[in-house]
Amino acid sequence: MQITMRVNGAEVHGDIEPRLLLVHFIREHLRLTGTHWGCDTSQCGTCVLWLDGEPVKSCTVLAAMADGHEVRTVEGLEVDGQLDPVQQGFMQEHGLQCGFCTPGMMMTSRWLLDHNPDPDEATIREAISGQICRCTGYENIVRAVRWAAEHPAASSQPAASSQQEQEVQA
Amino acid sequence: MQTPAPVDYARATSVDHALQLMEERGPEARLIAGGHSLLPMMRLRIARPDCVIDINDLTELDYIRVEDGELRIGAMTRHATVLASPVVGEHYAIFHDAERRIADPPVRNRGTVGGSFCQGDPAEDLAAVGSALKASLVLRSSRGTRTVAARAFHTGPYETALGDAEMLTEVRVPIRPGASSAYEKVKRRAGDWAIAGAGAYVVLQDGVVGDVGIGLTAVGAPHFCAEPAEASLMGKTPTEENLRQAAQLAADACSPHADQRGPVEYKRHLAGELVLRVLRRSIERAEGRA
Amino acid sequence: MTTTGHRPPSAVSPAGNPMGFGRMLRKEDARFLRGQGHFLDDLTMPGMLHAAILRSPVAHARITSIDTSEAEAHPKVKAVITGALLESLSLAWMPTLSADVQAVLATDKVRFQGQEVAMVIAEDRYAARDALELIDVDYDVLPAVVDARKAMDPDAPVIRDDVEGRTDNHIFDWEAGDKAKTDAVFANAEVVVSQDMLYPRSHPAPMETCGTIASMDKVTGKLTVWSTNQAPHAHRTIYALVAGIPEHNIQIISPDIGGGFGNKVGIYPGYVLAVVGSIVTGRPVKWVEDRSENLMSTSFARDYHMKGEIAATRDGKITGLRVDVLADHGAFNGTAQPTKFPAGFFHIFTGSYDLEAAYCKVSGVYTNKAPGGVAYACSFRITEAVYLVERMVDVLADELGIDPAELRLRNLLRPEQFPYTTMTGWEYDSGDYPRTLRKAMDMAGYDELRREQAQKRERGELMGIGISFFTEGVGAGPRKHMDILGLGMADGCELRLHPTGKAQLRLSVQTQGQGHETTFAQIVAQELGIPPEDVDVIHGDTSNTPFGLGTYGSRSTPVSGAAAAIASQHIRDKARVITAAAIECDPADLEWEPGRWYVKGDPSQGKTVQEVAMLSHGTLELPPGVEGHLDASVVYDPPNLTYPFGAYICVVDVDPGTGEVKVRRFVAVDDCGPRINPMIVEGQVHGGLADGVGMALMQVIAFDEDGNCMGGSFMDYLLPTALECPSWELGETVTPSPHHPLGCKGVGESATVGSPPAVVNAVIDALEPFGVRHADMPLTPANVWMAMQGRPMRTDLAVQ
Repeated sequence: MQITMRVNGAEVHGDIEPRLLLVHFIREHLRLTGTHWGCDTSQCGTCVLWLDGEPVKSCTVLAAMADGHEVRTVEGLEVDGQLDPVQQGFMQEHGLQCGFCTPGMMMTSRWLLDHNPDPDEATIREAISGQICRCTGYENIVRAVRWAAEHPAASSQPAASSQQEQEVQA
Repeated sequence: MQTPAPVDYARATSVDHALQLMEERGPEARLIAGGHSLLPMMRLRIARPDCVIDINDLTELDYIRVEDGELRIGAMTRHATVLASPVVGEHYAIFHDAERRIADPPVRNRGTVGGSFCQGDPAEDLAAVGSALKASLVLRSSRGTRTVAARAFHTGPYETALGDAEMLTEVRVPIRPGASSAYEKVKRRAGDWAIAGAGAYVVLQDGVVGDVGIGLTAVGAPHFCAEPAEASLMGKTPTEENLRQAAQLAADACSPHADQRGPVEYKRHLAGELVLRVLRRSIERAEGRA
Repeated sequence: MTTTGHRPPSAVSPAGNPMGFGRMLRKEDARFLRGQGHFLDDLTMPGMLHAAILRSPVAHARITSIDTSEAEAHPKVKAVITGALLESLSLAWMPTLSADVQAVLATDKVRFQGQEVAMVIAEDRYAARDALELIDVDYDVLPAVVDARKAMDPDAPVIRDDVEGRTDNHIFDWEAGDKAKTDAVFANAEVVVSQDMLYPRSHPAPMETCGTIASMDKVTGKLTVWSTNQAPHAHRTIYALVAGIPEHNIQIISPDIGGGFGNKVGIYPGYVLAVVGSIVTGRPVKWVEDRSENLMSTSFARDYHMKGEIAATRDGKITGLRVDVLADHGAFNGTAQPTKFPAGFFHIFTGSYDLEAAYCKVSGVYTNKAPGGVAYACSFRITEAVYLVERMVDVLADELGIDPAELRLRNLLRPEQFPYTTMTGWEYDSGDYPRTLRKAMDMAGYDELRREQAQKRERGELMGIGISFFTEGVGAGPRKHMDILGLGMADGCELRLHPTGKAQLRLSVQTQGQGHETTFAQIVAQELGIPPEDVDVIHGDTSNTPFGLGTYGSRSTPVSGAAAAIASQHIRDKARVITAAAIECDPADLEWEPGRWYVKGDPSQGKTVQEVAMLSHGTLELPPGVEGHLDASVVYDPPNLTYPFGAYICVVDVDPGTGEVKVRRFVAVDDCGPRINPMIVEGQVHGGLADGVGMALMQVIAFDEDGNCMGGSFMDYLLPTALECPSWELGETVTPSPHHPLGCKGVGESATVGSPPAVVNAVIDALEPFGVRHADMPLTPANVWMAMQGRPMRTDLAVQ
């Protein structure tokens, strides 16, 4: 069947089997591999992206159900070459280690800050409680979100290279 | 990762259209709303519908309103919406207490109230809430509309009173002036199913219990409720002793199964403990102490 | 007096990074933040096919028939591989890392639920999954051995009847320490306490599952394998030995890895099958397991049934420790540890204490479960050893009525005893243990916590305080003692400076999130005085990196970190010679400041490392015996392990009505010597502490009596979320290792090793009013409540 949706602001088309999961459509048809998968039972949350502006587990949505809807993935966080404050916060506070859960964590964090610009620690932990990280023990993810809350304006530095990113100081 | 078996897809544009599709596609078709019960089962290939009928466009069923003395929640209302609704919180804190502990935030953005009831999971929190509140469920088919008591809706594990080509459209809870309510759930970890969950509402009149409802989930309580316990409290003062007695009756009437969440003895204990706690909390809220 | 523009070296690089050790943001973040990581399943190759594995639904059965004809007829299926095909290639069995064999595909029997039975290769993953259902296997079900304690019963079914002459399920017995002396100490002891305890079967469960893409090029005869792989060179050598493909024709590439934790060390049947699949189809074959496969068939961790005994004087001086271990190894002995140590480093179980005698015996048995045992940040069974000793110390404290902190302070090794050789032969390099414990107690406000606990107890509230003091042994290891399948555990590195002064460091270790691209650059920066942003760290491709045994057991900093430091020092030394040649002086007249050699007394005269790099590639005449270019290659054979240590204190509150445990606080003071990048070290500790909460309170791979795995999904194998974890409170002490060039000890597994006993000790402490002396992990609400009733649960078997 034919489907059409907007992904990171651009219209995309696909010719797919109805059973295709949204996470596979994003990763394999659109080659946007920043969204990951890690379990069979909708627990781990590495597949979290935005569907119609809300974080959802894309392994538990059929691509067909997203036909005509709006998707935003981690690749869409950066705008005009500028890292989102959430991305900057994850870098500044060492909120990632292997990076596998990170896109999902950042998408949820971005949504949280859009709706609650100054969340306390308990609120942040609650917001990411549907997503598992094995590396960070969550501590620095919480600090990363707090950093982003405290630095809401995007940095004026372009996000061209890691060397330049080093220059982005708190 | 696990992938579903081949399936057809149809999208409903209205309730009538959904009913029509259900009739056309036959009994092997399944409605898909939030999909967080059905899709995991499809991915594990435990469920193999030949068609899924997507009802996510049925925004006509996404509402929370007070009408004719009832709190009415449309079946397509997402868990997240219920959790955030001031109207719901104003009348029945039990919903908020429960929703806060149902699944996790991304899942609550998709999962629906209707889906939770219709899945018929023996550990479903909203089943205990609905039974506690003596809610009624509105079912619609091309044969017409009928109302079933929440306490009669679940007919067995994963079985409900829904007939062929029939769908749940609304959950109705009578508004009871002076009612206070609460829900508690014990689980092994955030997002897990309940080891046991209990909910209650209480109305105090002149210092005695004028009305009460007690619901239980995950412990094999008949119809997800505890009628003998309720009866024991009617007209009584809400003393600790009376509450304990009710809790014991509720626990005695359960038939929990042993599993990885715990042995029978523990679950039965929990049933009583949690009924006691939600009764206490409801009373505290009724007396303005909480 | 300076003349020409000499400036003292800056502590900060042009990009704002520390010129060496210090807090530096990570280079690898740039791609991960953008979702541009290249994890295995992100990769595609032209013509690539997808594989899926059919697995046994039962734990123990004879295979009476396999019919793959319907699967082969599926229009999208390219090949189906069964054990029969592999047998014809002599590939149905492969060697394990523990002198056993493991079935690649079952031939005669299946021996654990989830064992590989057939592989389908199809055009896409959905079709491959569909085709699995078209394979028909007939199983003749046999009784299963599930309870390890019954594996040696005379009537227990023999699992490994594939091995000629085998008549039981016994694998090995192994012992360490002085049995006679220990028996004598126990016989004469004033107090002896014993306690049985289980370290339940657990699983590392990285967020990314295991997978591979194998591509055999028939024309060149070259095999290229991308895989989630913590030890790519070891895999290459083993493939060469097992599959008979010449080793120089094999290239193993580890792309970005989404967490390893010891899950990605061994060679799994799926990897071998993908190689076979590529040979059979002539195309690249990708196999990526799903989560249930990961949990049910890849390397589990722990599963040690331990009987501990501790001997002491009445006033709390520990004199002896004795332990008998029953080790459940699953259906094949596939534990991944140095060859001479079938029980890994378990014999470090005397822990951080000064004893008179110790003895341990470990017996390994087969059961109808997945193979594995050494994984999940265990430092080769040190998790088990530390749990045993730290629980025994608390059990002793309970028996004697002495505060557990006080008891530890009375028995911890004293600084003047270092280097200290333990009763079982470990030479601890350095440590000031009491200082570290006191620091943790200070940070926690220990005395105040005990006062609070006393008050709460009067009100019937349950609060617990648990301590764990651990000594780790990491950085395996000296090659004459430590090898994996005969490959000595020395690791190499190659450092090369380009003419323009930028550097490439090629490593044999393999990061899976530990930040090597940053920390190893910092090592070079520290030793050579060049900016860390000028050092490109290369890893993960066997064709581009020197040989080594990979990353696990917290060995990267102790082994390859040392190699990188020494290589940098070699380059520094060579730079001196070249500088002397360039400015025509004696090398002895030169002094070093970070990044530069200069003439003593005349700092304006000198050459920077960058200038030397260009000179070394240029036309400058070099002294006899000195070669051009500026590079160094080192293979580092560590003289010993390093011994990081720490003191952890956990505070819990237990709900007496429900048994729920809330971890209120966790204080962790770690000593890993100097910290290359404190930010990264702290991150490593944070992650390991979450493991402690998980293992202590919720994680277990249990089985029912038929051998069905009860932990095959994240619905039942529960991992902690942000809500179960407190905000970790970290501290540090620094005791350098005397034998490591940088004094660094490694830290990756410390918190996973040290934290579970702290949490368990805290919960048991909370339950003291109920007279609970011990209960096994996981301390789920049910288990805690049952312990309060005097009947703690057995956690390795399913609830009846």
